[in-house]
Amino acid sequence: MLLELRDVQARYGPIRALHGVTLAVEEGEIVALLGANGAGKTTTLRAVSGTVRRSGEVLFQGKPIVRRSPEAIVRGGIAHVPEGRGLFSELSVWENLRMGAYVRGERRTLKAEGSRIFGYFPWLERRRNQQAGTLSGGEQQMLALARALVGRPRLLMLDEPSLGLAPTIVRELFQIVKELNEKDGLTVLVVEQNANIALQAASRAYVLEVGKVAISGQSDELRRHEGIRKSYLGY
Amino acid sequence: MTAFLWSEFFQQITSGLAIGSIFASLALALVLIYRTTDVINFAQGEMATFTTYIAWSLMNHGLSYWPAFVLTLLIAFGGGVGIERVLIRPVEHRPEIVMIIMTIGLFIVINGLTGWLWGADPKAVDSPFPNKTIDVAGVAISTQDIGTFCVCIASVIVLWAFFRFTSLGLAMRSVAVNSAASRLMGVRVGWMLALGWGLAAVLGAIAGLMAAPTAFLDPNMMLVIIVYAFAAAVLGGIDSPIGAVVGGLTLGVTVNLLGRYVDLVGEELKLPTALAVLLLVLVIRPQGLFGRVIVRRV
Repeated sequence: MLLELRDVQARYGPIRALHGVTLAVEEGEIVALLGANGAGKTTTLRAVSGTVRRSGEVLFQGKPIVRRSPEAIVRGGIAHVPEGRGLFSELSVWENLRMGAYVRGERRTLKAEGSRIFGYFPWLERRRNQQAGTLSGGEQQMLALARALVGRPRLLMLDEPSLGLAPTIVRELFQIVKELNEKDGLTVLVVEQNANIALQAASRAYVLEVGKVAISGQSDELRRHEGIRKSYLGY
Repeated sequence: MTAFLWSEFFQQITSGLAIGSIFASLALALVLIYRTTDVINFAQGEMATFTTYIAWSLMNHGLSYWPAFVLTLLIAFGGGVGIERVLIRPVEHRPEIVMIIMTIGLFIVINGLTGWLWGADPKAVDSPFPNKTIDVAGVAISTQDIGTFCVCIASVIVLWAFFRFTSLGLAMRSVAVNSAASRLMGVRVGWMLALGWGLAAVLGAIAGLMAAPTAFLDPNMMLVIIVYAFAAAVLGGIDSPIGAVVGGLTLGVTVNLLGRYVDLVGEELKLPTALAVLLLVLVIRPQGLFGRVIVRRV
């Protein structure tokens, strides 16, 4: 198991957001995390990256990381592309990429990883001096993805990458994620409102309801599941 | 009224640039802290005075100027980092007013401590530059002014290169833009803030050391200069490093020229003039010359 959560609880001040989430992600998988607004999808990712107060067990490569700081967790190989992308809008495209390589020593890492990343996103190289905040929404999401990849993570966590993007861009984005998974063996845990596209890309999925895993299974199994079809797929 | 002399006019400009570069360094220190920790550091001037006294003590104990200068900068850096870690960190996420009270308190404490340690009588600090003038096309420029200008501007350029080209500098900028995202990149945000305070303290120490030979070192030496620095930072835009430098130089030259050529201003009304500039900017263009207009997204 690359990542394991056992009975993870999390809270924002007095408000409990996770009531004991248990899930696992195996090396080389794409796993989707589905659910309605407020079900705890984002909080689950934050519980892994250490950006919310949490308890329970979080194991990464078999080691407990629940007491580690977010900085240490990134260093350990977990990249978290947060809700709203978390770009440095006033910095240039290139400087954003440099920040993605920061954990591994930016100059050496960018030299080694740059060409691989530009292979996936050729336009990034042409627009390296543009301010990140002036990119379109789709480009910003691609940059956020590219920035996460520069650090060569073992696990990539994406929080609603499709949010606010046109359908063609969303398809392109998930196409790249699938390619990364198949070619480079990248493990991905993706939170999505758009269950259709997520179940196409992922091999397995968990459905969260009020801070707990309600349903889990293989993607094609879940696509046939009546409750999921009605609640999340819309047919 | 004496006749207008071009050579004197240019002399006033060059000495204005020298004093302006001191304002610029201190204003840049204010901007640095404002951008990283969102605090207006009212104690910046007192920190500078305190470190200048340290330099004076080192020289008094037989160290020559430049070794004392470098050692002072290192001590200033450590002191700035320490202040952030010990005093600012605990109130980091508290309302702005708590932070403001903290830096005002710091102002009073450091000012008192300086007087208590070194006494109130002014001390003479040597100048590292020879006391003579160079003649450039009929304009006599003092080497003191040239040296001051070069040291201040060099420190600004070194700092700019640090932010532009090094990983650490980039990480500090990223924290100023989006500290939550910086943490996700593996940046230890807390240390970046402390580093910002350390660098600001170094800039302040440079400003203090450059001001001391002409201003005389007493516990209130920077009191006037910090007001100019505030005016310079506001003029340039409180969140703009370039603005701080341009604002400092502009203010230095302007105040010098007004003091010399406008009888009404003279020596006595220089400081109120700076305050008038500050007020005028706040009313007409609150974001300053180079600052960003804050647009709040809802």
